[in-house]
Amino acid sequence: METREEHGETTVVVDTPRLAEACLHLRDELGFAFLSDLAATDYLGWGEPGVAGYIGTAGGRDLNTPGTGGHARLPVAKPKRFSINLQLLALRHGAPRVRVQVWVDDGERVPSVVGVWPTADWHEREAWDMMGIPFDGHPNLKRILMDDDWEGHPLRKDYPIGGEPVRFSGEE
Amino acid sequence: MATLERPRAAPIYSGTRIPTPVPTLLQVPDALRDSEDVLQVNFGPNHPSTHGVLRLVADLNGEQVVGLEAIVGYLHTGFEKTMEQKTWWKAITYPERIDYLSFQYNELVFVLAIERLLGLEVPEKATWTRMLLCELNRIHSHLVWLGTAALELGAISMFWYSFREREQILDLFELLTGARMHTRYFQAGGISEDLPRGFLPEVRRFVDWMPKAVDDYEGMLTRNQIWLERTRGIGLLSAADAIALGQSGPVLRASGVDWDLRKRAPYLAYDEVYFDVPVYPNGDVYDRYLVHMDEMRQSTRIVAQCVDRLAGMEGQPWIADDRKVVLPPREELHTSMESLIHHFKIVTEGYRVPEGEIYVAVESARGELGCYVVSDGGPKPWRVKFRAPSFVALEATATCMRDALIADFIAIVGSLDTVMGEVDR
Repeated sequence: METREEHGETTVVVDTPRLAEACLHLRDELGFAFLSDLAATDYLGWGEPGVAGYIGTAGGRDLNTPGTGGHARLPVAKPKRFSINLQLLALRHGAPRVRVQVWVDDGERVPSVVGVWPTADWHEREAWDMMGIPFDGHPNLKRILMDDDWEGHPLRKDYPIGGEPVRFSGEE
Repeated sequence: MATLERPRAAPIYSGTRIPTPVPTLLQVPDALRDSEDVLQVNFGPNHPSTHGVLRLVADLNGEQVVGLEAIVGYLHTGFEKTMEQKTWWKAITYPERIDYLSFQYNELVFVLAIERLLGLEVPEKATWTRMLLCELNRIHSHLVWLGTAALELGAISMFWYSFREREQILDLFELLTGARMHTRYFQAGGISEDLPRGFLPEVRRFVDWMPKAVDDYEGMLTRNQIWLERTRGIGLLSAADAIALGQSGPVLRASGVDWDLRKRAPYLAYDEVYFDVPVYPNGDVYDRYLVHMDEMRQSTRIVAQCVDRLAGMEGQPWIADDRKVVLPPREELHTSMESLIHHFKIVTEGYRVPEGEIYVAVESARGELGCYVVSDGGPKPWRVKFRAPSFVALEATATCMRDALIADFIAIVGSLDTVMGEVDR
C-alpha cells in the first residue's frame, strides 16, 4: 500500500487482493460512505509513439517527439496496463476525497466492491464493458452500454478507431 | 433532516430496500415466479416518458411491480473515446453534448480539470460569469424537468408555462454567446469573450421576473389535489439507501440529506454568495419536486448576486494572460509575429497539459458531476471519464419502484431527473 499527494488529491494505491479490506476500512473507520465514481484507464502504449494521443501524418511521421509530449522527459512508467480508480467521498464538512487505485494486467481479476458500496454495480459493469476488466464476485457482470453480443472493449487503446464492421440485426 | 456527521437511520422506512443480490435489479420472488399471474412488460426504449431512450423491463403482478430491470446504452456515442482523439482545446466542445440540458456544468467541470492540471489562475470576472451562466443553466434544466415531468402526469399547461421562462434563458445565452445551447463559452483560463453591453440589464430583468414565474408554477402544482395524489409517498428512497446507491443532487436532498458541493466544498466563488440548500425529508416524488422548485428560487438569488458583482467589473480581464494556453487577442494577429505563432500552435497542435491525473466534481443540476482526467503531458487527453449523476440516479430505479404500481412508473422515472445522453455518454 502506497499513498501519494498530487494536485491536492490523495491517492491510495492498494494491492488487488486487499482491495475489499481497504475499502471496508475506508468506509467504516474513516467515513468514506459515498462512492462517487469508478474509472478504469488503459495505459497501453503510455509514452510510446503511434498510439492515440499523438499527431501523425499520412506518411507516418510524427510531428511531435514521440511520447515526450514536448516535455523534456517521458511520462513516468506505470506498473501495469490498467488502473482502476475509485473516487471516494466522505459526507462531512470540507468534503474530503480519496482515490483508491489498483493496478492490473489484461485479464487479471479485481475483487468487486458491490458489497461495500451498492452503487458500484453499474460502474463495474461499465468498466467491464468499456475496458474488459473482470470483477470477481460481481452479481451481474454483463455489458451495460454496448450490445450484449458486442466484441471487444471500445475504450481500450488497441481498439480500432473507424472501420468497424457494421452489423445488422438478424445477421448470423 | 439527517445530520451530516452521522447519517441518521432512514426516516422513511427502517432497514434497507435495496434489492439483493443485485442492488439495481428487482427480481421476481420465488413464490411468484412460476405462477401464471406475472406478466412481463417492456417499457421503452422509445417512449415519450423515458426522456430519451431508456428501456425498463417490468414484471407485473396485477398492477404491482414485482420485478424490474433498467437497460441503458441506446444513446451511447463514445464521447470519452472521441475526446481522446482531440486536442484539449477541441475536446471542450464535447462534454456539453453529454448532458444536453445542463451543458454549462459539463463544460465547466472539464475546463476546471484542465486548469487544475495546468495550475492556471482564472480572473475574477471569468469566475463570476461562469457562476452566473451555471445558475441560469440550473434554472433552465429544472424548467425542462418540471415541464416534462408534469406533462407526463397530465399537467399539460405546466409545460407551456415552464418553457416560457426557458425560452428567456435561452435568449440570454444567445445574447451572450451566440448559441442557444452548447455555448462553448468557457475556455481553459477564463471565458472566450467579454460580456456584451446590454447583457447584464437583460439578466436583471429576468431575475426580477423569475420569482413570480415560480409562484405561478407552485400555484398550479404544489397544492393541486391530483398532483399530490400522484406524487406523495411514491418512489420512496431513504437517506441511507440514497447514500449507498451514490445518489446526489435533488434526489439526495429530497431524501433528507443536507449535501450540496456548492456549500460543502465550494468551487468558483460559491463561498461568497448567499443561498440556502433546500432539504426535504420524505424521499418521495413530491419532495423531489419541492427541491427543484426551491432550487430555482435559490439559483435566481445567486444570479442576482452575480449580476451585482459583474456590474462593477467592467473593463477587467476575462481570461488568463498565458500565451501558451490562451489564444492571443484577435487584433494582435495583424501586428505581432509572436502572437501569430502562438495562435497557430494552439489551434493546430493544441496546448500541452502537464502529466497527471485529477478528479474534479461540481454540483450540476442533477447532482455530483465529476470528471476524471489523465494527461501524459501531450496535447490530447489520455483518458476522460465522466461521473454522470443521471447514470447513478437510474441505479436507484429498482429501489424506488419496489412495491410501486404500474401507474406510478412514469412519475418515479421522471422524478429521478435523468438525461439519457449523460447516462449513456
